[in-house]
Amino acid sequence: MARLIRCIADNVVSPLGLDSRSNYDSVKAGKSGLARYEFMGNITTPFVLSRMDRGVIDALCGKLGIKGNYTFFEKFLLCSSVQAVRESGIDASSERVLFIVSTTKGNTSLLGQPQDGVADERVLLGKAAHEVSRFFGNPNSPLVVCNACISGVCAQIEAMRALRSGRYDYAVVIGADEQSPFIISGFLSFKAISDEPCRPFDKERKGLNLGECAATVVLEASDEIKGGWELVCGAIRNDANHISGPSRTGEGSYLALMEVLKECRREELAFVNVHGTATAYNDEMESIALYRAGLIDVPVTGLKGYYGHTMGAAGIMESILSMYAVRDNTVLATGGYREQGVTYPVSVSSEVRVCNGSEFIKLLSGFGGSNAALLYRFVE
Amino acid sequence: MERRGLDYVVLNQGYVSVNGRVIEHEATGNALLTELYRNHIADWPKFFKMDTLSKAGFVASELLLKETGERRLDGEEFTSGCAIVLFGATASLCADRNYQETIRDKDNYYPSPALFVYTLPNIVTGEIAIRNHWRGETSFYVLEAPDAVQMAFHLACAFQNKTTESILAGWVDSSRNDDFQAFMTVIRREDAADTDWLAGQLKQMINILNNK
Repeated sequence: MARLIRCIADNVVSPLGLDSRSNYDSVKAGKSGLARYEFMGNITTPFVLSRMDRGVIDALCGKLGIKGNYTFFEKFLLCSSVQAVRESGIDASSERVLFIVSTTKGNTSLLGQPQDGVADERVLLGKAAHEVSRFFGNPNSPLVVCNACISGVCAQIEAMRALRSGRYDYAVVIGADEQSPFIISGFLSFKAISDEPCRPFDKERKGLNLGECAATVVLEASDEIKGGWELVCGAIRNDANHISGPSRTGEGSYLALMEVLKECRREELAFVNVHGTATAYNDEMESIALYRAGLIDVPVTGLKGYYGHTMGAAGIMESILSMYAVRDNTVLATGGYREQGVTYPVSVSSEVRVCNGSEFIKLLSGFGGSNAALLYRFVE
Repeated sequence: MERRGLDYVVLNQGYVSVNGRVIEHEATGNALLTELYRNHIADWPKFFKMDTLSKAGFVASELLLKETGERRLDGEEFTSGCAIVLFGATASLCADRNYQETIRDKDNYYPSPALFVYTLPNIVTGEIAIRNHWRGETSFYVLEAPDAVQMAFHLACAFQNKTTESILAGWVDSSRNDDFQAFMTVIRREDAADTDWLAGQLKQMINILNNK
């Protein structure tokens, strides 16, 4: 019998809240973590960022009993995963539990700013992830998914497959990234960052904002799901076009969407939560892919106007908020959007909308020509 | 009848072999990659823009696909059946260090998009996908060290996607420009059905890489 994959616990730690519920409520109320910075490190170009207060994380570590010489990135991962694991009630020290970490740059800030008591090797993603699995006393080698901006969706897909294989019963999937001068200067050099709050799918969009978030889902393999979220399927597809620009025809996103639509009950599809970075190319590409996939009339919503682009966390946090929205019969407003600015007029709105349906699709795309989509369904 | 082993390439800064046959070369370090490109590939100038991780992965993939006689898709021909799943421990550390140098000093601050883009290890999977017109799954996973059993498990998992018919799989690391380690192989669906056998094959490749 095929094992079903159920999400049994979730957490989001961000400037908008320290658990999933408070994050959802903040976004529904239209709150945003974005703020303008005039400089950081050697960066002297202004930019907009959603930054996690380090003091809040240290205080949360104290409250959750997270002691030890950890970097900010590791504390961030732990603050989210400790809360989710506790909520799930699982024994995370079991060999039947797999830890998967989704990140793009992990502890890379150690290259510019070493930390006392933290070995240089922690810049290696596998070493940083091991600090987290070790905290829980888990005996397995953690897997790190490093697939640029689509990592958070890929990590959930890999967890789903590992659970379906029968080798594990639970997967703890954690995503986070620290927005250090390393990443910010890089995106600035690409001229991809806006000095104003981003405006996904808008006519006047000027580029993305970066953001900090840590998010966790605990997935379980079960024979039956009643009254819970099922991770139904997912797909990863490459544009095979360009390493830093999306395909003009939205090829990879289109193929990933078509793959998950095979399992989707169209009348139950509440919305597509898109990547919506607010760069000229990304949003245009997504509109083409959605149009080609026959989803032009399905409500579309993006969360970057509240959080910025949270990289390793994005696929996980945006999935979690989508679950809360579906249960609330709500399509969240796309923060920053005012006027249609893509060739194919997808159904995006600056207002909160009512929706029906028990399913949603999460879509992401990123550097390396990578695209990924997954389908979640609430089972009564 | 004994099952035929997987085709494979092993490559590091001073050694290169295809299915165990040593490929003669003069250069070592980064220059070895250029020599291999000129002698065995030569028709993909994008190679020169790549970072060391991508060059190593790209050269290994080209030598391997030449050996297996894979027909190259061209023009508007694409396939989603071929996936690329690579593993590494250093991820993009080499590119990270190179990029960090460009933002370290206030007086010598010149962040470059051409360097920054390679600070993502999955770029090597994108480079190989572009070259071969493969629109299948591309993934980069980071482990603490090469582990044949763990790699075989995740590769077998990748075949749960029914579109995936074969996987270009392997290990690619680079922490400095003159220092790289890679092995690469092609796995078909039937190869991954026996995960223990697959792990055994990968273990042999890891051993060769570790001993060279």
